[in-house]
Amino acid sequence: MEGTTQTDAKIRTEYGTDSSSRGPGCSLRHFACEQNLLSRPDGSASFLQGVAEKSRERLIRNTCEAVVLGALHPRTSITIVLQVISDAGSLLACCLNAACMALVDAGVPMQALFCGVTCALDTDGTLMLDPTAKQEKEARAVLTFALDSVEQKLLMSTTKGLFSDAELQQCLAAAQAASQHVFRFYRESLQRRYSKS
Amino acid sequence: MAAGFKTVEPLEYYRRFLKENCRPDGRELGEFRATTVNVGSISTADGSALVKLGNTAVICGVKAEFATPPPDAPNKGYVVPNVDLPPLCSSRFRSGPPGEEAQVASQFVADVIENSQMIRKEDLCISPGKLAWVLYCDLICLDCDGNILDACTFALLAALRNVQLPEVTINEETALAEVNLKKKSHLNIRTHPVATSFAVFDDTLLLVDPTGEEERLAAGALTVVMDEAGRLCCLHKPGGGGLTGAKLQDCVSRAVTRHREVKKLMDEVFKSMKPK
Repeated sequence: MEGTTQTDAKIRTEYGTDSSSRGPGCSLRHFACEQNLLSRPDGSASFLQGVAEKSRERLIRNTCEAVVLGALHPRTSITIVLQVISDAGSLLACCLNAACMALVDAGVPMQALFCGVTCALDTDGTLMLDPTAKQEKEARAVLTFALDSVEQKLLMSTTKGLFSDAELQQCLAAAQAASQHVFRFYRESLQRRYSKS
Repeated sequence: MAAGFKTVEPLEYYRRFLKENCRPDGRELGEFRATTVNVGSISTADGSALVKLGNTAVICGVKAEFATPPPDAPNKGYVVPNVDLPPLCSSRFRSGPPGEEAQVASQFVADVIENSQMIRKEDLCISPGKLAWVLYCDLICLDCDGNILDACTFALLAALRNVQLPEVTINEETALAEVNLKKKSHLNIRTHPVATSFAVFDDTLLLVDPTGEEERLAAGALTVVMDEAGRLCCLHKPGGGGLTGAKLQDCVSRAVTRHREVKKLMDEVFKSMKPK
């Protein structure tokens, strides 16, 4: 089983190997993604980002259901198994990214790609994208959004804490800008994967 | 003929109405169903409320008991919500352990209580480190016709406002708690979160207060919980069709109006209860 999965290369971004550094031009942490690392499932991906359960499962499931073209696979069950290897904050967003990459790896037809972005608002109203676990705990509000790749529309949102209407719009705009980086990363990592094989 | 069309093509049937900006039950897209609330109906509970949103009915009973405070927060009490969706409310649910929808609703109510800070857990502490109140809030859906979350939050709010806790003193000699049932006081409810739910149709149309049928046909759902200061306690959108920022803004404005309506209704009910 070990031998057959090593046909793919490990894919890392150019932002450096320090897990706590943030890439230039955006305040998201360093990404890494590995695909097709398990032989048994049809598709698999591991998503490393930066260094509640039924509720979270339902959020991820509903987001996937909205984009996957289920009508092309009648009487089929698509099971997405997410195993948390380490949690350094922004867990739900990372799960969403991993789920999207795994669905792409499995070749499941989708209307659009989706990505998860987390925003944290601290007590004086400063916006932080992709917070660490410590920042999340100290923040006044933590908002997680799932955005689609076509028009950056809001597919899923879950929030914790109190925030105003204006802050919501601000976070949403920042998340939409950040999602562009994530989608660019998806494209680059897929390009690299398919250009090698 | 219309009934046949509705069975065969329910979504198209709905679209015909939505084109005329109304819904099969005669409501406009931004209109809520008739909301009624009845407070204090359960005499064995410390606080209770029954809320009806059209056909959807949810009853909330609050029981207060003693407990030792958690070791990491010795000056805090507990508020434990639980949403039960029994088979009697809808044929979708089976008897047995709580299904996914009930668990998600319970988690949602717990999040609203936590995020809105409607009750300060410190207020529930009687003696730090030794004794605190725990409020068990049981929400039971009697009839599920869509929009459970709105009904649950409203019922919870009304029930908590109805709760009267007796005065408790700790006797220094015996170190036992003495409850004075004659002296009761209301809880200090700091904020009044009100939930407004929407069903998303075809990525553009937003229907307020969806019925069970509309929920099943809709592509997605959105719930906004606001308090009276215009702050959002929760923006719950569990997947479904995409929404632009402008549409989200419309939802938030509708939530503001709804908050005013609900607050007015609740104040009227509580005012009418005062002379006792």
